[in-house]
Amino acid sequence: MKMLRNAILAAAFTAGLAVAAPPAMAQTTLRVVMHSDLKILDPIWTTAYIVRNHGYMIYDTLLAQDEKGAIKPQMVEKYETSADKKTYTFTLREGLLWHDGKPVSSEDCIASIKRWAVKDSLGQKMMTYVASIDAVDAKTFTIKLKEPTGLVELGLSKPSSNVPFMMPKRVADTDPNKQIEDFTGSGPFVFVKDEWKPGDKTVYVKFDKYKPRSEPASGLTGGKIAKVDRVEWRAISDAQQAINALQKGEIDFIEAPSHDLLPTLKNDPNVTVFVSPLAKNQYVFRPNTLHKPFDNPKIRHALWYAFNQEDFLMATIGDENYIKPCKALFICDTPLASTKGMDGLLTSNAKKAQELLKEAGYDGTPVLLMHSTDLKVLTNLAPVAKSLMEKAGFKVDMQSMDWQTLVARRAKKDPPSAGGWNAFLTSWVAADVMNPISTAYVNAGCDKASFGWPCDEKLEKLRSDFASETDPAKQKAIAEEVQLRVIEYTPEIPVGEWVAPVAMRKNVKGYLTSPVPVLWNVEITK
Amino acid sequence: MSMYGYLFRRLLGTIPVMLVVAVFIFLMLRLTPSDPAAIIAGDNATTEQVAQIRSQLGLNRPMIEQFFIWSGNVLTGDFGESFFFKKTVASLIGERIEPTLSLALFTILIAVLVAVPLGVLAAHRHGSWIDRIVMGFSVLGFSVPVFVVGYLLIYLFAVWLNWLPVQGYQRISEGVGGWVQRLILPSLTLSVIYIALIARMTRTSVLEVLSEDYIRTARAKGQNERTVLFRHALRNAAVPIVTVIGLGIALLIGGVVVTESVFTIPGLGRLTVDAVLARDYPTIQAVILLFSFVYVMINLAVDMLYTLLDPRIRY
Repeated sequence: MKMLRNAILAAAFTAGLAVAAPPAMAQTTLRVVMHSDLKILDPIWTTAYIVRNHGYMIYDTLLAQDEKGAIKPQMVEKYETSADKKTYTFTLREGLLWHDGKPVSSEDCIASIKRWAVKDSLGQKMMTYVASIDAVDAKTFTIKLKEPTGLVELGLSKPSSNVPFMMPKRVADTDPNKQIEDFTGSGPFVFVKDEWKPGDKTVYVKFDKYKPRSEPASGLTGGKIAKVDRVEWRAISDAQQAINALQKGEIDFIEAPSHDLLPTLKNDPNVTVFVSPLAKNQYVFRPNTLHKPFDNPKIRHALWYAFNQEDFLMATIGDENYIKPCKALFICDTPLASTKGMDGLLTSNAKKAQELLKEAGYDGTPVLLMHSTDLKVLTNLAPVAKSLMEKAGFKVDMQSMDWQTLVARRAKKDPPSAGGWNAFLTSWVAADVMNPISTAYVNAGCDKASFGWPCDEKLEKLRSDFASETDPAKQKAIAEEVQLRVIEYTPEIPVGEWVAPVAMRKNVKGYLTSPVPVLWNVEITK
Repeated sequence: MSMYGYLFRRLLGTIPVMLVVAVFIFLMLRLTPSDPAAIIAGDNATTEQVAQIRSQLGLNRPMIEQFFIWSGNVLTGDFGESFFFKKTVASLIGERIEPTLSLALFTILIAVLVAVPLGVLAAHRHGSWIDRIVMGFSVLGFSVPVFVVGYLLIYLFAVWLNWLPVQGYQRISEGVGGWVQRLILPSLTLSVIYIALIARMTRTSVLEVLSEDYIRTARAKGQNERTVLFRHALRNAAVPIVTVIGLGIALLIGGVVVTESVFTIPGLGRLTVDAVLARDYPTIQAVILLFSFVYVMINLAVDMLYTLLDPRIRY
C-alpha cells in the first residue's frame, strides 16, 4: 500500500514539474534540427554543407539562382557586360549594411571574391580568365577578363559549397587557409556567437537593418525577409528523437528526416512533409584510376553495363516517392541535363559487361570497394555495387568502415594492398554537380583532380571549352560532349537521384523551394 | 602506515597511470586509419586542400614530435584547441561538465535510493515472490540495453502520457524545475542497470550477514525487524555494496555516452562521441584523460570509505 502511495506521489511530483515548467518559447523562435551539428564557422575554409547552410543564414551573395536556375542580381542592383564580353560592371544596391552597421562597399566584395576564388574549384577556374578586379567607386566595381567566359555569372551565383559569400574586407583579407574569427555578415540573420554551444545549439537573430530586394523570394533570389525573430539550430543527433521532438512540438523543423521514419510523420496531422523538387541528390560510383584494375578505362567502362540505378535507389531510399532513376550526368530537369550516349547503359546487362571485361583483359584483380556503414543514406550502396559487379564478373573485396575512415582513406594514393582503395560510393547535392566545372568528379586534372585522380586531356579540354563559352546553347552542346567522354573514360558513374524532404510543424509556413535549405521567408503562424 | 601517507602514495601512483593512459590514447588515435584534415576539408576539397589543413594542424609532423608538444602543453595545463570548434578544449569541457555531473548525480541517487531498500527487502523475504521479482528485475536490468530502456521510457512518459519532454537539457541557472524535469527520464534510463547491479549485490551481502550470530542476538533482544535490517545487517554488509556503487560511478562514464546521445544532453558523453566521430584528437585526448582521472579518484575515494564503514580496515 505504501509503495502504491509512493508511486502516486512520485507521479504527482513529476506531473507537477511538468506544469511548473516554463511556458513554451515565444512563437517567433524557429527551432530547427539541421542535418548535422555546426562545428566550423568559415564557409570558405571548408566545403561542409552544414557550414554552407550557416553561411546562407548570415551572409549574402552578389548574384543568385532562382528556383528555375536562372541567375539574377542579389546584392547587386544591376550588372552589365561590355560588348566584347570582357568587362563586367557590378553596382551594389543602396542601403546594404554589415551587421555592425557599416555600409557594404566594392572593396569588401572584391576582397571576398578573391578569398573565395582561392579556395573554390570553380572560383579558381574563373580566376584564370580574370585580368583584374577593380573598384570604380564605393558601390561599383568591375571584373576585367583576359578572354570571355561564362564562369563569372556561374561562379558568383554558385549555390553550393563553396558559395561566394560576401564578407567585410577586414574579414575577407584573412588568409584563405586560415579560418575567419569575425562573423560579421550582411545577410538576413545575425550569428550570436555567445550563444553558440557546439553539440547543443546555434543561435541567430533577425537583422533588423537588412534591406531585402523588392521581388518575391524565389530559390536563392528575391526578398530575403526574416519572418522570425530568432532561429535556433538544435543539435539532436538521434534521428528518432528528432522525430519525437517534432511531433511533440519541442522543435519546429527538421532539415533531413530519415526516409524510413517519414511514414510516421506523414500520419501526424500536426506535421507537414515537404519535398522541394530542387533538393535533389545524386549517388555516384567513384573508381580510383591510379591502380589496377581501374587504371584501365575499358574495365571502368564495363561498370556502365554492370550497374542499374533502381537497385541502388531502392536499397538506400526504398520509397518510390523520393527516388528518380536519371541517367543524365548533370541532373535531370536542369539546363544541362541530357541522356545522350546513355542508350543501353545502366541496365545491368551482365553479359555485355562480361564481354567488355574479357576484351579489356581483366585478370581477376580484386576491386577494393570501401563500404561506409554509419551514414544511413550511403550504407546500402556498396553491397549493391558489390553484388552487381560480381554478376558482371568482377572480383570484389568490400571493406566496411565508418564514413570518416573512408574520407581519410580515399585521400591516400597508395595501392589497395598498402592502405589505398579502388572504389567507393557517395552522394552529391545536385547543386554541386550541375555543370562540368563544378562537378568535382568530372575534373580530370590528374594530381589536381579529386580523390581517384583521373587524368584525361580530352576531358580537360572540353571543360576548358565549356568555361570559355558564354552562349547557353553552345554550353549545353559541350556539356553533352563532356558526358560522352565521361561514359568513355569513366571517372564516375551516376547511380541515381533522390530527394531529401524536410519536415515541419503545420504552423510553419513559407519554406522555399531551393537547391539548399534556407530559412528566410519562413514564418510561424498562430 | 598513516592514512595520510597512504593517501599520498596513492596520489603519487596516479601519475604513472595517467602517463600510460596518455601514451596509449595518443598512439591509438594516431594509429587508427583516420584523418581529421580530410573530415574538416569537406567533400568538395581537393587533395591539396586536405594537405594544407593537415599542415596547419601539425599532423604532418613526426608522431613523436606531436606527442612531446602535446604532453608538454598538458603538463602546463594547456589541453590545446579543438580542431573543429576553434575553442580551447578546456572551455569545451567546462561547458559540458554541468550536464554530465547532474545526470550522474541523479542517476546514482535514484539507483541507491531504489536499489538498496529493494536488495534488503529481497534478502529479508528470501525465496518469496518479492525476492523473485527483485531478482527477475535485476536480470532484466542487466540484459536490456540502455538505449532500449530510454526509448521505452520516452514513448511512455513523453510521447504517450505527455508528462515530460522528449529530449534536451536545461541548465540549473535557468530554473531548477526545468532542470529536474529534463533529468528525470535520462536518469531513470541510466539508473536501471545500476539498480539491478546494486540491488543484487545488496541482497547477497545482506543475506550473508543475516545468518550471522549477532543478528540472531539482536532479534533475541527483541529489536524490531527494521532496526535489525538497516542498523545491523545493512551496515555490516556495506563494504561490498559501496564497492559496487563506486564501480557503478565509474561505469556511468560509458552509460552517459549513450544516454546523452539519446536524450540530446550536451554533456561530456556527447562531446566524446562527437569528438571521436570527427577525429578531434585534442578533445578526445583531454576527455579520456579526464575520465581516467575521475576513475582513479573514485577508486581512491571508495578505498577511503572502507575505513569509515569498517573500523577494522586500516592502511
